[in-house]
Parts: sequence; structure tokens; C-alpha cells
Amino acid sequence: MNDMTPTREQREAALEGMGCKRKRVEDVRFTQGKGNYVDDLKLPGMLFGDFVRSPYAHAKVTKIDASKALELPGVIAVLTAEDLKGVNLAWMPTLAGDVQMVLADGKVLYQNQEVAFVIAEDRYIADDAIQLVEVEYEELPVLVDPFKSMDPDAPVLRPDLEGKTEGAHGPRKHHNHIFTWEVGDAEETDRAFKDADVTIKELISYHRTHPSPLETCQCVASMDKVTGELTVWGTFQAPHVIRTVASLLSTIPEHKIHVIAPDIGGGFGNKVGAYPGYICSIVASIVTGRPVKWVEDRMENLSTTSFARDYHMTAEIAAKNDGTVTGLKVHVLADHGGFDACADPSKWPAGFFNIVTGSYDFPTAHLAVDGVYTNKAPGGVAYRCSFRVTEAAYCIERAMDILAQKLGMDPADLRMKNFVKPEQFPYHSALGWEYDSGDYHTAMQKAMDTIGYRQLREEQKAKQEAFKRGETREIMGIGISFFTEIVGAGPSKNCDILGVAMFDSAEIRVHPTGSVISRMGTKSQGQGHETTWAQIIATEIGIPAADIMVEEGNTDTAPYGLGTYGSRSTPVAGAAIALAARKIRNKAQMIAAHMLEVSEYDLEWDVDGFQVKGNPELRKSMKEIAWAAYNAPPPGMEPGLEAVSYYDPPNMTYPFGAYFCVMDIDVDTGVSKIRRFYALDDCGTRINPMIIEGQVHGGLTEGFAIAMGQEIRYDEMGNVMGASFMDFFLPTAVETPHWETDYTVTPSPHHPIGAKGVGESPNVGSVPAFSNAVNDAFGFLGNTHIQMPHDAWRVWQAAKDLGAHG
Amino acid sequence: MIPGEFTYHRPSTVAEAVAILASHGDEARPLAGGHSIIPMMKLRMAAPEHLIDLSGVADLKGIREEGGAIVIGAMTTQHELIASDLLASKLPIIRETSLLIADPQIRYLGTIGGNVANGDPGNDMPALMQCLNASYKVVGPNGEREIAARDFYEAAYFTALAPEELVTAVVIPVPPAGHGFAYEKLKRKVGDYATAAAAVVLTMSGGSVSSCSVALTNVGDTPLYAAEACDILTGSTLDADTVNRAVAAAEAITRPASDGRGPAEYRTKMAGVMLRRALARAAERANG
Ligand SMILES: Cc1cc2nc3c(=O)[nH]c(=O)nc-3n(C[C@H](O)[C@H](O)[C@H](O)COP(=O)(O)OP(=O)(O)OC[C@H]3O[C@@H](n4cnc5c(N)ncnc54)[C@H](O)[C@@H]3O)c2cc1C
Repeated sequence: MNDMTPTREQREAALEGMGCKRKRVEDVRFTQGKGNYVDDLKLPGMLFGDFVRSPYAHAKVTKIDASKALELPGVIAVLTAEDLKGVNLAWMPTLAGDVQMVLADGKVLYQNQEVAFVIAEDRYIADDAIQLVEVEYEELPVLVDPFKSMDPDAPVLRPDLEGKTEGAHGPRKHHNHIFTWEVGDAEETDRAFKDADVTIKELISYHRTHPSPLETCQCVASMDKVTGELTVWGTFQAPHVIRTVASLLSTIPEHKIHVIAPDIGGGFGNKVGAYPGYICSIVASIVTGRPVKWVEDRMENLSTTSFARDYHMTAEIAAKNDGTVTGLKVHVLADHGGFDACADPSKWPAGFFNIVTGSYDFPTAHLAVDGVYTNKAPGGVAYRCSFRVTEAAYCIERAMDILAQKLGMDPADLRMKNFVKPEQFPYHSALGWEYDSGDYHTAMQKAMDTIGYRQLREEQKAKQEAFKRGETREIMGIGISFFTEIVGAGPSKNCDILGVAMFDSAEIRVHPTGSVISRMGTKSQGQGHETTWAQIIATEIGIPAADIMVEEGNTDTAPYGLGTYGSRSTPVAGAAIALAARKIRNKAQMIAAHMLEVSEYDLEWDVDGFQVKGNPELRKSMKEIAWAAYNAPPPGMEPGLEAVSYYDPPNMTYPFGAYFCVMDIDVDTGVSKIRRFYALDDCGTRINPMIIEGQVHGGLTEGFAIAMGQEIRYDEMGNVMGASFMDFFLPTAVETPHWETDYTVTPSPHHPIGAKGVGESPNVGSVPAFSNAVNDAFGFLGNTHIQMPHDAWRVWQAAKDLGAHG
Repeated sequence: MIPGEFTYHRPSTVAEAVAILASHGDEARPLAGGHSIIPMMKLRMAAPEHLIDLSGVADLKGIREEGGAIVIGAMTTQHELIASDLLASKLPIIRETSLLIADPQIRYLGTIGGNVANGDPGNDMPALMQCLNASYKVVGPNGEREIAARDFYEAAYFTALAPEELVTAVVIPVPPAGHGFAYEKLKRKVGDYATAAAAVVLTMSGGSVSSCSVALTNVGDTPLYAAEACDILTGSTLDADTVNRAVAAAEAITRPASDGRGPAEYRTKMAGVMLRRALARAAERANG
């Protein structure tokens, strides 16, 4: 061996494979403003569509007169529900088994609902024309409070469902009731509560918020009337599903529909569903034969396209005096707005909310969720979380703190006492899940030691004394969250979207010179797939990540997949990538054996090629093998080196983490300052630690925003309040706290590379930590529970109600 | 979020600008930094048919000292206010306040003239101008007049300015050297208008207040000059009882809206807290 031969370590480093803090390749274009988003697309003859929207939350639409708008030069057409009826598209099916108006059909159910679609030569004309469309409304009584939705005299929101006592998820018990979803053992749980030493009960609300990606929802639809082909560019987190749904709705054969998701500026669940804007653009393009662009503005995005949360959870825990939990009972009142357009796997009307037993070994539990209609925008999407998991995590983490308070026990100790133990995995939860792996005690202990938990409690006690003596107006809170997520939907045995099983896919093609193009069924919206997918392939087949191109979002070229949301990309597509790569490696091994004239069983894999066991000098690199695969394959073997894999996961994955928040609150203004925030995540195998850190920072910032002020509010008339970034809290670098991140590694036993997914953990895990910190700060003044969001005035109000203002 | 149609004008003198304003009456609006009017136009809450861009009018720029007063041209940006050495030495409260307005990008464009003429109770400069007893130089078809900031604001977006008049400059009497000052603003985040804010300028001698001026931002439909609070504070040693009475007097004149920043009761109380804190900081800074 001469000095120039790279060492094994050097060859490994050159791959930039799994575990490497590889810089994000997509950032080269993003940081130079060279991303290619939907609104960058300009097609010859392109028209613009824009909506006339309802100023009322609940009203009959008695007349739409578009004549003045049509007189404005440059206006091509104005579509209403009557026009859409001609193509059977006035209503569309939702992912949750309901139907939703595309354009107001006789009535409107929420403010800013789409009433008519104006198509014009440019955006300015379209907006001018909107002001000229005359709509007559007859106002109806408005239902805003979900707790009043099932009153006997509550207004009827959905006359289209009149007399329907069965919904998509079982019986409906009221005209505004959507479903009841029940899991667990009610009798056994009642018994646990009867026998309990201590019980707690609290209504814990998770307010309505919004994913608010920086890029709003948008699309360009282009129907080629000659070929009969439809191309739709759009902000789609799940482009293949959009293609299938478009085909089913339009009856255009699926091979003649090309759905393309270019660069996407954030999704967070907002871009999973199908919206009236997509349907209207497609219809408009079919009608006019010209491409039609629709771009939502910020207020439209915040006030109409899929909100998140609005879950009102009554949690009860039964426990023994020593703190051992013996039962959990949860009832949820779920406000779905005017239509049930929740984006969950079809059989899961409340998503995976039955993860609500969290990280604790509850011997028995019972859960019931009631979904109801109100005069608010539809949605209920998973805002950077797996389906309804963030609601569940908030519910149990808040409830455990309340139990600790009632028992007079330290909340960290209570958690430690009740954690599922390492030897119990795979663990079967009382509400039906099989947790794949975990080591909660180690993670919690590491977190407590790093943050100096016991000393912080001492400091807090001293501050409370000083506050009582009148020496300070500041109080201190310590918030703990130990969450378990359930991600990676999902196994076809229980997960599908409108009948499409939730597998995912990867296709890898090695070129003769040893570089690679690979395509997946997922779609990055900022997660960095172009970087991390290449790293998995690099490690698996020994080709440097820099020589691997990753492409997503074009349904003509990418294999069918269910897209990116619910932290499913790494658990599902990540597995497909590893398995496709392994198919390639297996074929490469046969080719190497032929090249080296040995049996393939005499070969072993070594970083970036195969070598003869016991004689490592005799080796073939993947680069050499790739050339041979095309040009000199073994006799009888097909040339080429590529593979496809479709992966149906055997189980979900269960990432977890221990988060601690230390907060100081000025009781006179209600302003809170995050002194420290420590986030320990266990997402199994870590593909790119730098990207993980970035994902965690982003998710924590969202969690901070949600817990501390981000809210979609309605007044009693159903007017949506503050749907702009002036009021909707989007923290800047100035407000965002400093984040401390840490990790443990407990690989998933059923995943080919042991990875669990991390993108959503920090949003799921941090909200309870912030909220628990606020609640903890006021505990010594007698507080049990303060509802979110914890913006300054509400914190001040809590301080006032607890007598802190003297 | 797309404005209606309008005609754009770019005059180079005050006279020209006033002439265009006068010929279009209510249909015309001056355009300064555009950071209040353009968002309103995008929301179609304002739909002027003529926009008169003042950025080509050289006479409206600059900060200078004239007699005992500082004169600031209407088109001086908030960034220029922050960067001015003259203001830093004579009127440091302007810098302190400007730094609490919006963010650097907006401050590069937003002007003092636009901020005081806008008439939005959320703007920070109007209360500060009332606190400093400033007046605005105004030019219209009938010539120039001066209006005291304390008399300028009538209701939200209604001011003493006629539609065909321009604010050309802000004139601020220089407070005595050694004066204490503070602008305390509570806001939800960078770029937010005040939940409540208080401006205080005072002079002390021998441990008691010899003069005092207080004004409040965004707790009514105009900026609020707190005359009674000033009277209570003047002559006092800022003892707890006097401060409590002054705060109560200031809170009593507030009429805040309930909005995303909080209910009216909260905003009134925050005006009080901001005043309390501004007084403490101003007193600490005052010499004498
Ligand atoms: C996100 C954001 C946050 C902000 N936060 C704050 C804040 O915290 N505090 C604050 O004070 N401001 C804030 N602003 C407003 C900002 O300071 C504006 O720049 C300022 O209010 C108006 O100045 P302008 O030069 O931009 O005026 P323009 O928007 O150009 O004009 C405002 C109004 O004044 C009129 N006008 C302008 N100049 C004259 C003149 N010389 N004579 C007569 N009329 C005139 C215009 O016709 C218009 O009606 C914020 C703005 C934004 C976009």
C-alpha cells in the first residue's frame, strides 16, 4: 500500500453518510433566492383566479350577481357553485369521510368561506373584480362555542346532513355531531377510579392555532385540450395522493394527470389536504383552456386553509397515594369547524390521540372523542405533529403535573415512578399501541442532571419566599415534559387515506460512472431530504453523498408514495431507501464476485466496495462495479444497477424526549422570559445530527409560539380575529429563546436503519413544557391549571385572579 | 392584499406637492415611507386615486437646531433619527423611542412626518411629541401654519390637518440639559404596536421634580397628554403616594380598545405600569 491510498476512515468520511453533519445541499439555492416555488412559475397565457369570500360566519346566500365584474376589461369568467354543479364539483369529499363545499352552495358556514371564483388576466384585475361581485346574504344564528354545539336548540349548520343518523365513523347523536370515537375499557377504568386513593380531573384545552407556513397554499393548473392531459403544479405535501384524488373527481385517467410539487416553503400539515383553490383552478383551466394560477394571501391562509388543534380535553387520572397511576379517563370535545376536513388516516377520526397514555404505564384507560360542527373554518390538521399526537402529549403532560401537585410529589419523581420500564418494550399500551423501544429513565435522568433540576427547585423555593416577603415581583416556573410520539404512518393493516395504503417508496438508479439519481414518494418542505436521503444511500452502497441526486415531487418520475407529514418520511420512505439500496448492494456483490473470480460468499462489504475475506487487497469499489454492471455483467445477468422498494412498515415508531423549561414571569405585566430551555430527543439512529438540531430548533420555536400566544381567535359573531402576522404570533429571532439540545439513542428494532423520525417531536414535546412552566410558576399561589395560550395579558389575568396584584 | 388603481406623482417642491394635493382634494394622499399607507391600501381600507410621493422633495429632509428648538424635516426617516448625533445629545428620548418602533427595515423607510401625520393611535411619535410639547409646521394652499402636537389629534385617523395640507417639519423645544427621560413600551414582539407605552420627560432640583411631562401611546383613539398626572408629580419627590396618585390619574384618561394585545382593563393597567417604570428611569437619569 502506498501513502496515497486513503485509509478506511478517509474513505468513510468521503461518503458523508449516516451520522455525518453534512451541510444541506438544498441551501445552496435557497440562500441565494434561487428556489423554484409555485409562484415563480409563469406560463404563456396564464390567468389568475381569486375568491370572493363571505363576510359572515353563517348565512344563506340568496343571490350572486357577477354582471358588473364581468364587464370589467380583463375578467374572463366568474365561477359559482351552480357552474361547478355541471361538472359535479360543487362539493368535494374530505379526507375524514365528510363532504365540503367547494363554493358556497346556498349558504356559508364560516367567515371568509369561498363564494365565487373570479378568473382574470392578472391579479390586479381579479382583485378589482372581486369587489364588483354582488352577493346577497341572509344572516343566520352563529355557533362559535363548541360546548354549545349540541344544545337542543343549537342552529342547524349542515342541512345537507339532515336525517343522517350515521356518519363516516358511526352514529351521530345531534344535528351538529360528527362522530364519537371510543377506545379502551370503560368498565375496568371506572373500577380503577372507584378503588383509587387519589383522583384528579381537569378540562385542558388546546386552543385553535394554524401551521402558517411562510409560503401560503397555491397552484397552477394547466389543461391541454388537445392531448387531454392535465398538469397541476402545487404546494402539495402528498403529490401522488392529489393525483389519485384529482383523477377520481375529474374522471381524467390518472396517467393523463401530472402533479408536480416544486420547492415548498414549509407545510407543517397545512399542505396535506385538497382545497377549493385547487379544484377551482383545475375547473377554470378546463373551461378556458388556459393555465390558471391561484395564490392565497396571508389572511386567506390563516383564516381558511386548515387550522390545527381546537381540542377540549377533560382528563382524569386515578392513582395510589404513593403516586402509582392506576387509570386514565379522557373525554375530548373536538371542534372541527363547518366541515370535517381533518387530515387523518381514514379510519382514525381523532388521529392517534389514543397515544394519550404517554410515557406512563397505565394499567387501564378509556378515551372518548366527540367531533362537532361550528361556524369556523374546517381543518384540524397535524401542525408539525403526527395526527393529534401533540394534543395527546399536552393532555397527559399537563395532567401528570396536576396529579403531582395534588399528591404533593415532585413532578419529575412522579414521572420517573410511572415510566414504562426498559424491559417492558415492546410495550402494549392500555389504548392499543405497541411501543417499539424506549429507555425513558436514562433520558430523564440525563436531562435532570444536565439542567441541574434539584438546584433549580431550591432556587424556586427561595424566590417564592422572597415574593411573599414583597422583595420581588418576579416568579419562577420549571416546566417538564416527557413525551412519547407515535409517528411513521403507517402499517397498511391500520392506515390508509381514502383507501390508499400508507406505504412509501424509493427508486435508486446507479449510473455507469458510479453516480446516482434517486427518487422518493415523499416531498420535502424544508426537512432537507435532498441531503439526508443521499446520506442513507451513501452509507448503504458506498457512493459519496455528493454523487447522489435526490428528486421528489414529480409524480411522473417518482414512485408512488403517500408524502411527507406526521414524521413519516424517515420511518417509512427512509426504510424503503435503505431496502432499495440493499437490493443494489446485493446485485453489486454478485458482480464483484464475477470481477474478482471468487464466490460471492467469499466477499465482505467494506465502506465503499467489496473485498475478499482475509485478503483486503483484493477489492472492487462500487464505482468499478457500477461500470461493470452496465458493460460487463456476469453471464446471464441483466445489465444495469437500479432498484425500487415499496415499504409497508410493520409498526409505527415511537420517538421520545425529555424537555425542561425554566421561566421567569413578571407578575405586573404578565411578560414571561424563558431563561433556559433544554431539549433531549431520542429519535433512534441519527442520520444527520446538524439537520436534527435544525429541526429541533424550528419545532421548539413553533411550540414556543403556540404555547405563548399563537392563536386563531373568533368573536361571538364568528369573525376571525387577527388573521395576520400583526396579531398571529410568529416569533422573530428577538423573541425566540436560546435552545439547548441533547440526545440519547434507542434505535427502533423494526426499522432497517433504526431511525424513528424527529421533525415533529420538538413541537409536540415543547408545548407542555412551556405551559407546565407557567402553571408551575403560579402553583405556590394556589393555581391548578391556566388555559393556553400564555400571552402576557392572560398571564397577568391569572396573576390577578390568584391575588398576586395585592 | 392587492391595492386598487392609483396615479403616482413625484413632485420636487413643497409648492408642487401642495398644488397636486389641492387639485385632487380627498382623492389624493401624500406618500412618505409608505409603511402605514401601503398596508392600508393593500387591505383596501384606503383607496386613494392619487399618491404623491414626497421622497423627491429635498426641502423636507434634515435635522437642525434653530434658536432653542430642534427642527426635523418631515421626510427624515426613523433610521436617521437614530443615527443623529445632534438628537443624541439634545433629545436622547427620540433615539430611545425610535429604536422601539417596528424593525430596522421599516425604520429605513418610515418617516417622522408620516408617523405624526398618520393619526393612528398606535404610532409612537405622536405621544412623544406631545410629551416634548412639539409643534408641526404645516403648509397648504393658504401658506404655512404651526399646530401644537397637543392640539393635533382629534380621533383615530382624524387630525387638525386639512386634506390639502402637508406637514413639512416637526419643531421641538430643546429640554434643559440634565433632564431625565424615558420611553417605556410594552409590546408582544418586535414590530408590534404598543399594548401601552408612556413617555416621560422631567427635570429635578434638590431631589424634587421641578417640571414634568407625561404622554401615553395606544390607550385611546388619540395619543394622550396626561396633564393631571404632570400636575400631581410636579413639586413632589416622587414618593410612593404621589406616584400612585399620578398613575391613577393617567389610567383614568385611558380608553383603550380590547384587541389581541389584551382587554381594555389590562391595557389601562399597563399604561400605569409603563408610566411607573418610565418615571423611575427618568428620575434616575435626571441631574439635580
Ligand atoms: C410591521 C410594522 C410595524 C410597525 N410598528 C410601528 C411601531 O411600533 N410604532 C410606530 O410608531 N410605527 C410603527 N409602524 C409604522 C411605521 O413607523 C410607519 O413608517 C409610520 O407610521 C408612517 O410613516 P411613513 O413615512 O411610512 O408614512 P406613510 O405610510 O407614507 O404615510 C402615513 C400617512 O401619513 C400621510 N403623510 C405622510 N407624510 C405626510 C406629510 N409630510 N404630510 C401630511 N401627511 C403625510 C400619508 O398620506 C398617510 O396617510 C410599523 C409599520 C409596520 C409595517
